[in-house]
Amino acid sequence: MRALRFLLRKEFLQIFRDPALVRMLFMIPVVQLLVLSNAATFEVKRARMYVVDHDASTMSRGVVDRLAASGRFVRGGGSGSVALGDDALMRRDVEMVLTIPPGFERDIVRYRHTAVQLLLNAEDGAAAAVTQAYAREILARYATELGTELFPATALAGARAERPPVRGQPAVQVRTRGWYNAELDYRHYMVPGILVQLLTIVGTLLTAMNIVREKEAGTLDQLNVTPVTRSVFIAAKLIPLWIISMVVLSIGLVVAKVAFGVPMIGSLFLVFGGAALYLVAALGIGLWVSAVTETQQQAMFVNFSILMVYLLMSGLFTPVSSMPEWAQWVARFNPMMHFISLMRAVMLKGAGFADVARQLAVLATAGAVVLTIAVRQYHKRSA
Amino acid sequence: MNQASSPVVLEGVRKTFGSTVALDDVTLDVHAGELFGLVGPDGGGKTTLFRILTTLLVPDAGTATVLGRDVVRDLWEIRRRVGYMPGRFSLYPDLSVEENLRFFASVFGTTLEKGYDIIAPIYQQIEPFKERRAGQLSGGMKQKLALSCALVHRPEVLFLDEPTTGVDAVSRREFWDLLHDLQASGLTIVVSTPYMDEADRCDRVALVQTGRILAIDEPGAVGARFPRPLFAVHGVPRHATIEALRAFPHAVSVHPFGDTLHYSDARVSLAPAQVITEVREWLGARGIAEVAVTPIAPGIEDAFMALMGDESDATTAGAA
Repeated sequence: MRALRFLLRKEFLQIFRDPALVRMLFMIPVVQLLVLSNAATFEVKRARMYVVDHDASTMSRGVVDRLAASGRFVRGGGSGSVALGDDALMRRDVEMVLTIPPGFERDIVRYRHTAVQLLLNAEDGAAAAVTQAYAREILARYATELGTELFPATALAGARAERPPVRGQPAVQVRTRGWYNAELDYRHYMVPGILVQLLTIVGTLLTAMNIVREKEAGTLDQLNVTPVTRSVFIAAKLIPLWIISMVVLSIGLVVAKVAFGVPMIGSLFLVFGGAALYLVAALGIGLWVSAVTETQQQAMFVNFSILMVYLLMSGLFTPVSSMPEWAQWVARFNPMMHFISLMRAVMLKGAGFADVARQLAVLATAGAVVLTIAVRQYHKRSA
Repeated sequence: MNQASSPVVLEGVRKTFGSTVALDDVTLDVHAGELFGLVGPDGGGKTTLFRILTTLLVPDAGTATVLGRDVVRDLWEIRRRVGYMPGRFSLYPDLSVEENLRFFASVFGTTLEKGYDIIAPIYQQIEPFKERRAGQLSGGMKQKLALSCALVHRPEVLFLDEPTTGVDAVSRREFWDLLHDLQASGLTIVVSTPYMDEADRCDRVALVQTGRILAIDEPGAVGARFPRPLFAVHGVPRHATIEALRAFPHAVSVHPFGDTLHYSDARVSLAPAQVITEVREWLGARGIAEVAVTPIAPGIEDAFMALMGDESDATTAGAA
């Protein structure tokens, strides 16, 4: 235990002697959160629309004006030809083509019921879905507005009309397939996930690089001819990095709260408890990488390869439920997925210990398994 | 020789990496208080030998004991009682001289103060720079720091893997003086070097090549193993002299040594004066000017070259 104390002192000495590393440790959470959570939203701003207005009436112009006034859409051209609109969509000059059929205004007035067509470029499916959801929302609001404004007019028209007007609220029906909840605040949803991703990158990469650096420098061999056991060596490596990762998490949480107003309804104790367990698995991966690689370059490469799979299968960017079945099985064993779901549940929904007990159990198991494999690999390689 | 008292004993040690044989049936023992040299070219297996003796590698076959302890079974005791300085600088470049020294003292459960007297002659030379980071030291100072770190826990056996590689001539001489001082304090030292001229400063040397021990003897005696008469030959132009000499019917070997050539003659029983006369005539007839031929005593390098030649002949014969 005396040896562990000396090793720990050395580790902290080295970490704090590297000003670039210290700066990075404290800057990364701030910068990443600020950049990523603003960039990694599915929000769509200023989508360009091509307008094909066959009706050219007050109401049809109203539709276009409302869309433009929302700030979500800008006019990216227009003509009387749907074919030209299609071309613009193909050329990616616009994201959406809005077609208003002839008789739009008349149908609203007479039948309180009509349709407009939205053509969307669905190359980026998520963006298309969101764009469509915004358009739908704006159109629905306009329809309600028309309803109140139209009532007197319809009453008048109704007196002279050949056909009696349809009773009830007029509606602009938007034909869409699928639906996306555009009302969700993505940042609240993304920030906990990004915090987890950050913690994972810091934890695994720092660990792998730190140990491989000792290999490269030959200091690992030098230590191996001293009475320091491997377990003490590993403990002396993981403890400081574990503490640093917890500090990074704390900074991240402060940024999340102050800069994004991310709600933290549940207990912070649960958040840190989950992180404590999760970090064992993350640091274990770093340790394993350092055991199977010889240079920092190799370690970096292997680490990123693992992290990519790990990240993509975590449910951070794509929901696990929409993955193929085999991938869902893989994801089920991904501690990152469980930690993200724990973070979201605790921070956004205020889940308590009982609600996240399963995730905690999975994290603890994953940590134990990963660390055991890594330590074994480490012993095997340097035998 | 009583092996039980020998601090380092290897018997039939073999180590392979894939299809490469790094050590092949190595047997040797180092006496207590001896300065023992492993001499041979790079890639000969010297480092592998050190790594086995310092418990970093497990031999595939054979046994190795250090201080009477088996390197595989009793590794923890060996690690406490030996010092190892690897060929490559292996200290923390981001820690200062003093921090490195204190750290390595602490992991051995001792302190810089307790080990100070043993490292003093070396450490005092770099102590003025003790605040400096190890990575910013010059080559010679790094080497002194590494030696201090390997000694601070008062080891009983010291292993030094090519400590003088990449060090200037003056520092090399100083370093060997230091080793002799350490030896005088009772330490057993095993040191490897690719430089033949350093072999003379060891009590005994083992000539190592391609994983095999070619010979173990005192440096002077190794030279005496040279089986034929040897002559130093000087001629101008040098390259033409080599060509001409190699064409001489009785030539066994012609190797450039500094500004002369070492020539060995196949006729062991012939009088040296006769050989000199014949060589002068032969070279003279081929237009070589300023010819000078003198008989010389074979040195360790000559012996090494001859042994290496025998070895490769044997290998070729074995393969055929």
